Amino acid sequence: MQSIEEFRASTRAWLEENCPASMRTPMQEDEVVWGGRNASFKNADSKLWLERMAGKGWTTPTWPKEYGGGGLNKEENIVLLQELQRIGARQALNSFGISMLGPVLLEYGTHEQKAEHIPKIVKGEIRWCQGYSEPGSGSDLASLSTKAVLDGDHYVLNGAKVWTSYADKADWIFCLVRTDFEAAKHSGISFILFDMQTQGVSTRPIRLISGSSPFCETFFDDVRVPARNLVGTLNDGWTIAKRLLQHERTMISGFGLSDKASSRTLDARSVEGKAMQARGDTDRLSDPVLRDDIARYKIDAEAFAFTSQRSMEEAKLNKGPNATSSMLKNYGCELNKRRYELLLQALGTQSLGWVSADHEDFSADELKVTREWLRSKGNSIEGGTAEIQLNVIAKRVLGLPDMPMLTTKKGG
Amino acid sequence: MSMVLNEDQLMLKQSAQDFCQANAPVSELRRVRDNRDPDGFSRELWQQMVALGWAGMAIPEEYGGFGFGYGGLEVVLEETGRNLVPSPLVATVLLCATAINLGGSQAQKSALLPSIAAGELLMALALEETAFHNPSRIQCSAQSNGTGFVLNGHKTFVLDGHVADQLIVVARTSGARDDTSGISLFLVDRDTQGLSITRSEMVDSRNSANIQLQNIQLAEDALLGELGKGYEILEKTLDVARIGVAAEMLGNAQEVFDRIIDYLKQREQFGVLIGAFQGLQHRAATMYSELELCRSAVRRAFAELDGAQEDVPALASVAKAKLSEILGLISNEGVQMHGGIGMTDEFDIGFYLKRARVVQALLGDAAFHRDRYASLNGF
Repeated sequence: MQSIEEFRASTRAWLEENCPASMRTPMQEDEVVWGGRNASFKNADSKLWLERMAGKGWTTPTWPKEYGGGGLNKEENIVLLQELQRIGARQALNSFGISMLGPVLLEYGTHEQKAEHIPKIVKGEIRWCQGYSEPGSGSDLASLSTKAVLDGDHYVLNGAKVWTSYADKADWIFCLVRTDFEAAKHSGISFILFDMQTQGVSTRPIRLISGSSPFCETFFDDVRVPARNLVGTLNDGWTIAKRLLQHERTMISGFGLSDKASSRTLDARSVEGKAMQARGDTDRLSDPVLRDDIARYKIDAEAFAFTSQRSMEEAKLNKGPNATSSMLKNYGCELNKRRYELLLQALGTQSLGWVSADHEDFSADELKVTREWLRSKGNSIEGGTAEIQLNVIAKRVLGLPDMPMLTTKKGG
Repeated sequence: MSMVLNEDQLMLKQSAQDFCQANAPVSELRRVRDNRDPDGFSRELWQQMVALGWAGMAIPEEYGGFGFGYGGLEVVLEETGRNLVPSPLVATVLLCATAINLGGSQAQKSALLPSIAAGELLMALALEETAFHNPSRIQCSAQSNGTGFVLNGHKTFVLDGHVADQLIVVARTSGARDDTSGISLFLVDRDTQGLSITRSEMVDSRNSANIQLQNIQLAEDALLGELGKGYEILEKTLDVARIGVAAEMLGNAQEVFDRIIDYLKQREQFGVLIGAFQGLQHRAATMYSELELCRSAVRRAFAELDGAQEDVPALASVAKAKLSEILGLISNEGVQMHGGIGMTDEFDIGFYLKRARVVQALLGDAAFHRDRYASLNGF
C-alpha cells in the first residue's frame, strides 16, 4: 500500500505527463465538456483530457473501481484535487450524472443498474437530465402528477415536466413519477430512469429573460419504460428524490465560490478590478459606497468559502451531505446574485447592453455580464427556492414547529 | 490547517463551558453591576481562571506560559462570550501579553510575561484618543530628553485602565498625526507621577478608563520595541486581539441565538408556538446561516494565527467585520423576538445587547474593517 506522499508524487507525475497544456488554462463557458452521445468538443485536447481522466476513473475519483470510478479514499481524493488545482487543470467532465444521479444510484441502485449506468457516467458517454418539476408542481414538488402505470413488464408514462435542464441535449432522464394514486402525496412517488429517445418523449426549449434556453418543457405521451428501470422501492421514490436534492444543493452552492481570494493583489477580472478600470481609478476605488458594498460582499464570499470547506471536513467526520446543504445552497445563490448586482454597478450603463454586432458599443465581456446577471436571478428559484431552503433550515436544522393546519372554527 | 476544532480544543472548550456555567453565569455580571464593584470583575474568579491556565495559554513556556497557541484562547473566549464573563482576558492577555511577546526585549519578557501567566499582573493598552478606533491617529507625544522620555497627552476607552498595574502607552516620537512611522510603545507604571486615571463605567457594566499624561518621565528601558517602529508591533497585536474578540462575539451571538430558538419553541400566541410562524422561521434561518459563516471566519483566522501567519491582517478584518455586523443583527433580534420581556432588566438578553455594542466597536467596527479589508486587497 502506497503512502499518501507516494500517491501525491505519482499523481503529480501522471498529471504532468497527461494533462495537455491547453487544459491548464481557464475554461470559457462554451468549452465545458458535458459528454453524451452527441458530445461536442470545442478543443481536441478536451476530448483527450476526458479520455485520460476517465481511464483512471478520476472524473469520479471516489466512486468504486468496480463500476469504473477512481476508488480513491477521501485523503487521496483531497490530494488529487490539490494536484489538479496546483496546475490549474480544467474539470475534464461536468454532468448531472456525476453531481446528482451517480451518488444516489450508488446508494439505492441494484448491482445491475449500477453496472449499466455508472461506467457510462464516468466516461461521459451518456448525458443525463433531471425530470423533477412539473407545470403544477414547483416548490410543492411532491404534488407531482406525471403518471406511471404498470402494463406487463413495462410502466407506461404520461405527463409533463418543466425546467428540465438541457433536456433537448440529454440522452437519458432520471424522473419522478406517481405510481400510487391513492396514497398521501409523498408516499406514491417512484424514481425511474429511461432513454430520451424512447417513443413518446418530446422536448421544447424555454426561452429565458437572459435570451438563452438552458431549460425545456418535456412531454411524455404513452412512453413505455422497462419496469427494471425503477430505482429503489416502488412508491418510496421521495426518499431518493430528497437525497438527490441534497446533492444538487451542494452542487449549486458551488456558485457562491467564484471570486476566490487566492492572493491579496488586485485582479483586473474581479468585480473591484472592473469597477476601478471602468472609472479610471488606479490605487483605490473612487466610489466609497460601492467600495464598502464590494468589501462586504467579498468578506461574505470568503466566510462562505471557509464554511464550505468546514462543511466538507465535518462531512468527512460524519457521512454524506447533511441539512446544512440547504444553508450552503441558499447562501451561495444569494452571493452569486449579489455579485452580479455589484458587477452592474461596477460597469455602469456598459453592463446594460443587449446586442452589439461589431462590439463597438459593448464588448463581449460586457454583454456577457448583462446576460449572466439575468440568468443569476434563477439561482434562488431552481433546486428549491430561497423560501423553501429557509423552511428546510427552520424545520430540519433548528427543529422549529410546523404550523398546525388552519381549520375554520364555527362561530369563531 | 483545519476548519474543525481538534481534540485538545474540544476538551478545553468543555472544561471552559463547565467552569463558566458553574462559576460565572450572567448572574455574576449582574452581581458585579448591581454592587458597582470597583474592579468591575471578581479577582477571586480571575485567579480560578488563571489556575485553569487561561492567562498563560498563548505565552511561550520559557516565559511561564503553556505554549498552547491561540487555539486555546479561541474556545475559552467563545465560552466567556456566551456567559458574558467579565475578566482581564482581553486587556491583559490578548492585548498586552501579545504586545510584550512580539515587541519586548528578553528582559521585559522575563519581567512581565511570567507575572501575567501567574495572574499577578494586570495590564492595559492605552491606544485610543478619540471615540473612533484609529491606531495611527496618535497625538500623545513622547519626547526624548537625553536620559529617557517625557510623555504628554490623553487616552480614552482604555479597557481595564482603572485596575491595570502597568500600561502600555502608544505615543508619537516623530512624524505627523496619521503617520504610521514615528509611533512608539512605552511601559508605564500606574504609580508614575503625572499619570491620572479615571474610571468610566460603560453600558456593558465593564470598565474602561480615561487617562491624562502630564510630563510623565520615563527611563530609556520603558521603550517596548524599537523607537518609532511601534506601529508594526501594534498592528500585529491588534490583529491577535481582534481575532480573539471575534471569538468572544461568536459566543455572545451563539448564546443569544440559542435563547431565541428556545423561546420560539416555548412561547404560545394565537394558540400556536410562535416558532411555527414563517415570518419568524425565516429570520431564524437567516441568522443561523450567518452564524455559520461567523464561526468559519473565526476558526479560519485562528488557524492562521497558529499556522502559517501569512494572511493574518485580512483574515482578522474578515472575522471582525463579519462578527460586528452579525452580532449587531442577532443582538437586535434577541430583544425583538423575545417581545416585551426582552426589554426588561430582569431578563438577561439586554446584557448581551449591551456587551454586543461595546465589542462591535472595540478595535474597529464593521465599517473600519471593511475599509481596511478593501485596502489590503488593493482596492
